[in-house]
Amino acid sequence: MQKILSTYLSGRQITFFWLAILFLLSFSLFLLNLVFGSVGIPVEEILEILVGKGSDNESWRLIVLKSRLPQTTTAILAGAGLAVGGLQMQTLFRNPLAGPSILGISSGAGLGVAIVLLFAGKIGGIALSHLGWAGHLSVAMAAFAGASLVLALVLVLSRHLRDNAMLLILGIMVGYAASALIGILKFYSMKEDVHAYVIWGLGSFSTVSWSQMWVLFPVVLLGLLGAFFLVKPLNVMLLGEQYAGNLGVNIRLSRLLIILCTGLLTASITAFCGPIAFLGLAVPHLTKGLFRTSDHKVLLPAVILSGMAVALFSNLIARLPGFDGALPINAVTSIIGAPVVISVILRRRNLRIPGI
Amino acid sequence: MQLNVSGNQPLISTNNLSIGYNHPRQGKHILHSGINVKLEAGEFVCLLGPNGSGKSTLLQTLCGFIPMLGGEVFLGDRTISSISNRQMSLLVSVVLTERIVVSNMTVFDLVSLGRTPYTGFFGRMKHSDARKVQDALTAVGLEGFEERMITNISDGERQKVMIAKALVQETPLIVLDEPTAFLDLPSRIEIMHLLRKLAHERKKGILLSTHDLDLALQMADKIWLLAEGKDMETGTPEDLVLSNEFRRFFEREGILFDNNTGQFTVGKQQVKTIRLIGKGIEYKWVSRALARRGFAASDEPFSGFKVEIKSDGHREYLLTGPSGKTHKLRSIEDLLARIDHEEASFLTD
Repeated sequence: MQKILSTYLSGRQITFFWLAILFLLSFSLFLLNLVFGSVGIPVEEILEILVGKGSDNESWRLIVLKSRLPQTTTAILAGAGLAVGGLQMQTLFRNPLAGPSILGISSGAGLGVAIVLLFAGKIGGIALSHLGWAGHLSVAMAAFAGASLVLALVLVLSRHLRDNAMLLILGIMVGYAASALIGILKFYSMKEDVHAYVIWGLGSFSTVSWSQMWVLFPVVLLGLLGAFFLVKPLNVMLLGEQYAGNLGVNIRLSRLLIILCTGLLTASITAFCGPIAFLGLAVPHLTKGLFRTSDHKVLLPAVILSGMAVALFSNLIARLPGFDGALPINAVTSIIGAPVVISVILRRRNLRIPGI
Repeated sequence: MQLNVSGNQPLISTNNLSIGYNHPRQGKHILHSGINVKLEAGEFVCLLGPNGSGKSTLLQTLCGFIPMLGGEVFLGDRTISSISNRQMSLLVSVVLTERIVVSNMTVFDLVSLGRTPYTGFFGRMKHSDARKVQDALTAVGLEGFEERMITNISDGERQKVMIAKALVQETPLIVLDEPTAFLDLPSRIEIMHLLRKLAHERKKGILLSTHDLDLALQMADKIWLLAEGKDMETGTPEDLVLSNEFRRFFEREGILFDNNTGQFTVGKQQVKTIRLIGKGIEYKWVSRALARRGFAASDEPFSGFKVEIKSDGHREYLLTGPSGKTHKLRSIEDLLARIDHEEASFLTD
C-alpha cells in the first residue's frame, strides 16, 4: 500500500491522504456507533434527532441523545486523550512499552476508587453501585482525587530527578504500592463491593452523562491543546536529554509540562471511564507504522484520529447485537488490539532494533 | 548570539578549572583540578586519556552540561556561568557516543533537529533551514540519504548525520565525545578527516575525545592529555612526543610508547637477536613479525639465526639455523613456524 502510494504522491501528500482516511474512518465509526444498538432506530430518524428536529418516537430521541451520543463522545475523548498520553510517554521515556498509565496515575485512580467503593460499603453500609448517578459521580471524583494525588507526587519528585529512567521506575513503584493497598482493601471487603470495583476496572464509556461531560470534555480538550504546544520539545526529546539540552530545550520545564499534560488526560479519562487498557500503548505504534515518521507535528493529529477510530471501533464491537448488555470495553480493546499490534511489529523490517 | 572572539581571545579557555561530580550527600568528588587549556577557532583538538580519567566529565563541563567545581571556563570573553542554556545552544553543539536509535526517523528529520534553536514555536522549518540541512548533508558526504531511515544506515553514516546536525546548529564550537567509539577503522579515519577538514575550512573549533592515539597523532592540531593524578598536558602532537610527555603519560607495566614509530609496543622480557638481511618494505614487516616472537633484528655477524630476504622476482626467505642448515620459505608464516621448530630441536639436542 505504502509503495503504491509513494509512486503517485509525495511524502507530504501521503501524510494528508492518511489523515483524511483516518478522519473519514472516525466519522463513519461515529455514525455507526449512533446507529447500532440493542434498539433498532432508522438512520434518517437518528440524523433528524441529531440536527435537533426531534422525532415522533420520544424514546428513540432519549436513547440517541441521552445514551448513544454521550457514550460515543466519551469514546472519542478517551481514545484521543489516551493515545496522545501514550505518544508523549513513549517519547519522553524513549521506550516503546510506555503508555499513559506508566506514571502510576491509573493506579492512583484505582486506589481512590477502591477506597471509596470498599470503605463506603464497610463503614456506611451502602453499596455505591446501587446509588446510580450519585454513585458514579462519587466514584469519578474518588478516581480523579487518587490520580491527581499520584500526579502531584510524580511532579514534585520529577523536579529532583535528573534522569527520566528514574522517573519511569518511580511511576512503576507507585503503581505497585497502589496495587498492594488495593489488594489489602479487597481482602477485607464484601463481595458486592469487590464486584463493583472489578466492574469499574473493566472500563466503560457508558457511565458519563451530559452533566459529567462538562468536566470531562474541557479537561481532555485542554490536555490535547497542551500537547500541540509541546510538539517542539517532544521532537527534540527523541534524541535524549543531553542532545535536547544542547539544542536549547529547557528539559526540566518541558518534562514537567509533558507529565502534566499526560497526567491531566489520563486522570480525567480514567476517573470517568475506568482504566482503559491497551489504547494508549498501542495506538501510537499503529500510527507510527502507518505514517512512517517521528515528527510530532504529524504524529499528534494522526494519533488523535487513530485513537478516536480505535476507541469507536472497540465501542461498536462491545455493543454488537449478540453481546447483550455490552462487553467490558477493556476486554474488547485488548483482544482486538493485541493481535493487531503483534502483526504490525512482526511486519517491521528492523525487528532487532529497539526503539520507539 | 554572537561570540566576541575579537582580538586574541580564544574560543574556549579555562582558568584553574576543577571538574568532577557534585554528590548530594558525599559532597564534591573532584576528578581533576588546575586545568588550564585553550582552543582557538579553526583548531582541531583531540583529548586523549585512559578510561576513567575524566575525559567525558571535562567535555560535559565545557559544554555546560554539568557544573564545574572550581575555577572558570570562558567561551570567548564570557564566563560559562553567565551563558544561558538557550544561548549555549548557539555556541556549542555536541555529538555523543550514544547510538541514536529512533524508528521511523529519516536522516533529514534528524539533521533538521539541529535547527531547533533557530526555528519557531512549533519547530516549523523554513526553506532556508531546509537548504542548510541539505548543505550540511553534502558537507559530510551524505547526499541522497535524506529519506533514509536512521535505523537503516551504518554506524559510521549515523555519526556523520550527527555531525551534520552539529553543523546546521551553526555554532563556532563543536564538541564530540568519543564519536568514533563504535566504528571500524576506515570509518574512524573518514570521520577524523572530515572533522579536521571542517575545522580548517569552516574555522570551527572542534574538540573531541578519542582512544585512537595514532589517528590523533596524525591529524590533531593540538592534543590534550588527561590522566588521573597528573597535570593536564597540551600541545602539538610532535612537541608532546619530543618532550617525552606521551611516554610518561602512557607509562604502564609492559607497555611502552615508542617515540620513533609513534606506536605502543608491548615490552618483551627476554630479547634474542636475529640477523636480518634485506631491504625495503619486506624488511620492515619481517622484523615486525620477528619482534612479536621476541627477536630483535640486528646486523651482528652471527646470532644463532639468520634470515635473508630475497625480494627480487618472487619473495623468498632463507633461514639459517644454529645447525647451519638453510631453509627456503615462501611466507612469513612458514618462516615463523620453521624458527619455532628449529628452536625446539636446538634445545633438545
